[in-house]
Amino acid sequence: MNHRNKDTVTGKTMKTIVLLMFSLLILLPVLIVVLASFKQMTELFVNPLGWPKTFSLDNYVVMFKEQSIGRYFGNSLIVTLSTIFCILLFASMLAYAIYRFSGWRSLVIYGLFAAGMMVPPQVNMIPIYKLVADLKLTNSLGGLIAVSIAIFMPVAVFILSGFMKSMPKEMIEAAAIDGCGEWQSYFRIVLPLSMSSISASAIFLSVMVWNDLLFPLLLINSESKKTLPLALLQFQGEFMTNFPVIFAGVIIASAPIVIAYIFLQRYFVEGVTAGSIKG
Amino acid sequence: MKHSKSLYLFILPGLAIYLLFFVYPTINGLILSFSSWDGFSERKWIGLDNYTRMLTGDSIFVRAFQNNMKFMISVVVFQTILSLFFAILLTKNTKKNVIYRVLFFFPTIISSIAVAFIWGFMYNPNVGVINSFLGNIGLDALSNNWLGNPAMAIYSIAFVQVWAHTGQMIVLFVAGLQSIPEELYEAVYLDGANRWQAFRNVTWPLVAPAATIVVAYTTIQSFKAFDLIFALTGGGPAYSTEILSTYIYHTAFQSSEFGYAAAQSMGFMVIIAIVTIGQFKLLRGNRAY
Repeated sequence: MNHRNKDTVTGKTMKTIVLLMFSLLILLPVLIVVLASFKQMTELFVNPLGWPKTFSLDNYVVMFKEQSIGRYFGNSLIVTLSTIFCILLFASMLAYAIYRFSGWRSLVIYGLFAAGMMVPPQVNMIPIYKLVADLKLTNSLGGLIAVSIAIFMPVAVFILSGFMKSMPKEMIEAAAIDGCGEWQSYFRIVLPLSMSSISASAIFLSVMVWNDLLFPLLLINSESKKTLPLALLQFQGEFMTNFPVIFAGVIIASAPIVIAYIFLQRYFVEGVTAGSIKG
Repeated sequence: MKHSKSLYLFILPGLAIYLLFFVYPTINGLILSFSSWDGFSERKWIGLDNYTRMLTGDSIFVRAFQNNMKFMISVVVFQTILSLFFAILLTKNTKKNVIYRVLFFFPTIISSIAVAFIWGFMYNPNVGVINSFLGNIGLDALSNNWLGNPAMAIYSIAFVQVWAHTGQMIVLFVAGLQSIPEELYEAVYLDGANRWQAFRNVTWPLVAPAATIVVAYTTIQSFKAFDLIFALTGGGPAYSTEILSTYIYHTAFQSSEFGYAAAQSMGFMVIIAIVTIGQFKLLRGNRAY
């Protein structure tokens, strides 16, 4: 017998009803928006909730033909992939050094990054804006990538060095006796063994960076360099209340993460949760 | 064992970029907060003027802080209760429960901008779904200009925040609940406890560590809800949804008072630190173990 939930039949029914209602609350707004993206504004007005008369792709055509959302998509892809690649490389190297150093060196490096997690990125928006302008990197994807690396790296260092701490040091020492240098033991031993926490960090970071609005908003204003969240904001200004067109944009912008989520649910739940708790 | 010199090379790239794009701006922000700077001309050292202005002569800063608190308290209370409730329903790893958890978690992964657009439409007074739904079921009286009514707007946004992040907190609570040994429940039920007593005496005290994490994280998250508010209302109407982070943005990029915005950022950081520490103390004090 299950003691935790002493469910009666009515209790079970109640539970199902409550869960279905909350599911509806989560799903319904999303579904309405997906359906609306296939409607025209006039149709949406008379029929906001129902099935569209025809599944017209007109709004998506507007996004690609008139709005070059393809370019924004490409910018987001470049920024997200380069940021994640650099963070995972640099943070795993830092974590390796923290793991291998002993005494104060290890503590100082670790402390420096742990302290960075205490400072919310919004606190730094003014001086970062100024620094990037001074370096003449405003409106460059490179500048945005560099800032994103610095902002999101502390969490990755924290997660990866937490993971590496659990690895037996004797392993590396034995390898060193066999003539294995630091680079070799990093690439051949520690990196392969850390894959689980590296991929969790990758998932967490991809959600954070792909969805980030603040730093693109501060650092980018030229049309050709916009990332998706920034472009969405611009559509809002341009199309005002022409919701169906904006929704087509929302769906294109969300598609990669949503598709990845459908296939990797469990890893997303673990990765995003681990990252956000520590972050 | 002695480490080799090549370890310093491991630190180099990450540390360099971190020092330049994070540590240096943090320090520079502090210096900037004692200056007057419009973004173009020379910056001028003005001592504590920005801080005096922030603490004594800026009613919008106070307003933004109050909005932050209203938003935070409503989100923390509702999201924590709601997520604990669902976590209790979904504690066991049955197939159905896992599907529900994955579903409820879904809004967490989409961007705040997307969430803002979804709910901007739901709340829209003319074509919005909520008002037409209320109209259809004869509850016209309840319909509202959800985001346009200054008394209402911040709570409407708080609801969206709860919608978006409850699933994430459910996952945290489930982890906490699963670590409670089944035998404890067997024992209290054998003693004739009812469900409420079991919750009161077993679940609640043992889920307290998870609750501390949830509350602390929800607090920080709601203080940082820049994207959502920026895209939904931009801080309006009449500053009724202006929170500290959007106000800092407006001070810098609308009023071109970068020095003052930097001082506000320092105030923002101190407030976050105080709230977080205070909360930890409070929750620790309440803990039964």
